[in-house]
Amino acid sequence: MKTAVIVFPGSNCDQDMYYAIKDGLGEEVEYVWHAETSLDGFDAVMIPGGFSYGDYLRSGAIARFAGIMPAVIEAAKAGKPVLGVCNGFQILLEAGLLPGAMLKNKHLKFICETVHLKTENNETLFTSLYKKDEIIRIPIAHGEGNYYCDDETLQGLRDNHQIVFTYDGENPNGSRADIAGIINKAGNVLGMMPHPERAADALLGSDDGLRLFQSILNHWRESAHAAYTS
Amino acid sequence: MPLTHLEPSPEQIEQEKIYRTMGLTEDEYVEVKRLLGRKPNYTETGLFSVMWSEHCSYKTSKPLLKQFPTSGKRVLQGPGEGAGIIDIGDGQAVVFKIESHNHPSAIEPYQGAATGVGGIIRDVFSMGARPVALLDSLRFGDLNNSRVRYVFEEVVSGIAGYGNCIGIPTVGGELQFDDCYNGNPLVNAMCVGIMNHEDIQVGQARGIGNTVMYVGASTGRDGINGATFASEEISDKSDEKRSAVQVGDPFMEKLLVEACLELTKHEALVGIQDMGAAGLVSSASEMAAKAGVGIHMNLDLIPQRETEMTPYEMMLSESQERMLIVIKKGSEEEIKAIFARWGLHAVAVGEVIEEEVLRLEHKGQIVAEVPSDALASAPVRHMPSKVPAEYTDNQAAPVWIPVIEDYAGTIKKLLVQPTLASKDWVTRQYDYMVQTNTVVAPGSDAAVVRVRGTKKGLAMTTDCNAKYLALDPLVGGKIAVAEAARNIVCSGAVPLGITDCLNFGTPENPEVFWEMEESVKGMAEACKVLETPVISGNVSLYNETDHEAIDPTPVVGMVGLVEDLDRVATVSFKNEGDAVYVVGQAAPEFGGSALQIMFEGKASGKPPVLNLELEKKRQSQVLAAIQSGLVSSAHDISEGGLAAAIADAVFGTSLGADLHFTTDPAVELFSETQSRYLISVPEASMKAFESAVDGAVLVGRVTRNDKITLEFASDTVTLDRPELEKDWRGVLSCIMSAKN
Repeated sequence: MKTAVIVFPGSNCDQDMYYAIKDGLGEEVEYVWHAETSLDGFDAVMIPGGFSYGDYLRSGAIARFAGIMPAVIEAAKAGKPVLGVCNGFQILLEAGLLPGAMLKNKHLKFICETVHLKTENNETLFTSLYKKDEIIRIPIAHGEGNYYCDDETLQGLRDNHQIVFTYDGENPNGSRADIAGIINKAGNVLGMMPHPERAADALLGSDDGLRLFQSILNHWRESAHAAYTS
Repeated sequence: MPLTHLEPSPEQIEQEKIYRTMGLTEDEYVEVKRLLGRKPNYTETGLFSVMWSEHCSYKTSKPLLKQFPTSGKRVLQGPGEGAGIIDIGDGQAVVFKIESHNHPSAIEPYQGAATGVGGIIRDVFSMGARPVALLDSLRFGDLNNSRVRYVFEEVVSGIAGYGNCIGIPTVGGELQFDDCYNGNPLVNAMCVGIMNHEDIQVGQARGIGNTVMYVGASTGRDGINGATFASEEISDKSDEKRSAVQVGDPFMEKLLVEACLELTKHEALVGIQDMGAAGLVSSASEMAAKAGVGIHMNLDLIPQRETEMTPYEMMLSESQERMLIVIKKGSEEEIKAIFARWGLHAVAVGEVIEEEVLRLEHKGQIVAEVPSDALASAPVRHMPSKVPAEYTDNQAAPVWIPVIEDYAGTIKKLLVQPTLASKDWVTRQYDYMVQTNTVVAPGSDAAVVRVRGTKKGLAMTTDCNAKYLALDPLVGGKIAVAEAARNIVCSGAVPLGITDCLNFGTPENPEVFWEMEESVKGMAEACKVLETPVISGNVSLYNETDHEAIDPTPVVGMVGLVEDLDRVATVSFKNEGDAVYVVGQAAPEFGGSALQIMFEGKASGKPPVLNLELEKKRQSQVLAAIQSGLVSSAHDISEGGLAAAIADAVFGTSLGADLHFTTDPAVELFSETQSRYLISVPEASMKAFESAVDGAVLVGRVTRNDKITLEFASDTVTLDRPELEKDWRGVLSCIMSAKN
């Protein structure tokens, strides 16, 4: 599996994502500069955390106009796994690949800590190696992670089982329905505020995030196998 | 038209003594005239006033700093460049430095703190290193004061805003509260970087004819005279100097880091230096002076964000996120291309010349011409010193012994003192995990950051107990270094070296200067014995408000090397049944202790004694035990004594402690006798540990319950961990949310 990690000016979790895939997962991975226009040859796309373009406007509001974004949208439409973490999630919202928007954390302060997440939906290509309702430990680090959507959207997310992760215990940022991560209807675009790439090495306190990447790899192997046999 | 025609003439500057309002003394002005052989014009007077300020020149502290040991077998670069460098093996090196941003933070706390972080990061990457960690040593006044709460909250936000955005984890530091910092907070930022030996850069303008380029953000009117401002006391008038505080742009700096690290791999790069304090003038003159050459610079080419800027304004601006580089002539286009990729300007603004002068051209005229080394050689000042009466009184004071009836209550009260309380409210605002190398997060004795691709790690800490220094700066100076080393050792690392940030009051006050002399002497002695050379540092004087000086606060930033990340120790107890040892016997030493401050409201008497030979021996024994894998947890016993150390060891776990002592409870629990440790050891390693560490006394066991039981001959103290921890964790968030 060959994965692209998109690098915007101001991305700062690009290397963390790169190493989680290279060292944690042991798969091929490359950085793709924001000004590129093609993602041909990549099997999965990662939009990492950080402060793209400084995030002086709304988080992710400028990144959605980057040269690479049409290729990201195309990859999403083609059914390739697209994962946006933290600022990457914000960019996916701004680009319209996922519904809803981000507000500042309810206490208006940046929060960095390891939280407990509940796996609401383990029937996605990103979460197949987790158990249903499994509690996992993944770090968060954000100032604008207070997910918001209107009632209708929330009902839609619930009806379609698009809520993948929720905060277990205290909700750290005030997000609606304790939402920590959501997936698109097609099931191949996941946005989440917590950082699975920061939980891919037991030395750093948790490797609960590694199974998310392994799930993507399993999915890729199965679909490659299916393509080969069909 | 720039407003240069409004500037006073050289004659006016002399006659009306305008140089004095710009920060030069009578003697210094005479010296400037002698060096130039004429009267300086307005721009030149500005160049000298800022470069000869204490902040840039260390003219007062220089004679003292000579006492510091600065070399060692691992030292690759000592003081004098942007940051010091120490070898960590395998062709790699660690780079680090600490710097103050006290005065800007007092006036405009968010930007003051943010730009302090930005400045120290530039010092580190200008050496060719990738910044991997930040630490912040912070001191504020009484949290009952609303201005203090405002400054505290904004400083923390400023640090978070800059460090989180640029993507360098803030992994540690310290936070203390004391009335002496009411009007003058201390904000000291430290940055640590990792590099390969072959990438080491210097800030030198070598090679006649080579091109001088300006890279990064454009120059505005912000921060003009910031270095001079930082060399004065804070007063009611300080608010008027708000324009001397710079504004930071971490996004710009993130781009600058990446571009400059690409640049340092390019063979055309000759020298690189941050435009920090005193901006263009310091970077240009220092780069020229260090190489024994001159620089001719055309100010019309300087990227400017405001119109009609004068040479004076351009040279003295402290706009952030700018670097000056010298490259081989002819490679300008290649260098521009590197910066263009990151959306940054790189502009050729001058060239290296043989004549040893800094020559500035503006609108076709030479507007300043001064010898390169003259700006870097401020006349050293030898200040008189005098033993303060307070010191003599404290030395003669009878030993203070606390009278305690309720031990459990005293422990509970001690742990909710803001200085000892949990720092979660602060550290959770910092991204301490980005870069995914943080092995030991904030909250332990030292933070540990992995060196990616190796089994090694870097341990880092900042330390200074100013209360000890207020009582006896010589002993307190020694303790600051020793305690930093103890923190490093407790994490399983070998101390490598230190950077220091010497925060003091006004050196013209002989009693303050005496404190400086004694502190530096003590620190230097400890550095020699503990073999931790000083590789970089910073001096911050004039930390006074309305003539009240802060306690002497020479902050020590120390870095150590962990050889094997599998053998890292932290303060937390790990396993039920582990044996608990106290290493070192407590004596009735309460001078400057957290207990004394709580009971008496101020420090008095003598600080704890420090025996450096014993300190060194014990450190090497404890380190050897950790490196041999004999230890489950290790914690030094410092502020708050053993009581605070035990609390630290059980908080955040589901464990308790059952401990028995034959000693006096007040002394055992609250004395701050030096060179002591609280260590837990698995049953199987007890024998080996006891023979490895002299003076280790078995006091009990780690339990799997919520109780801390401390049994003495006269008393048994029982505490409930969850209750104690809840109070301890809630202190800062409670104060900050209730009173704003």
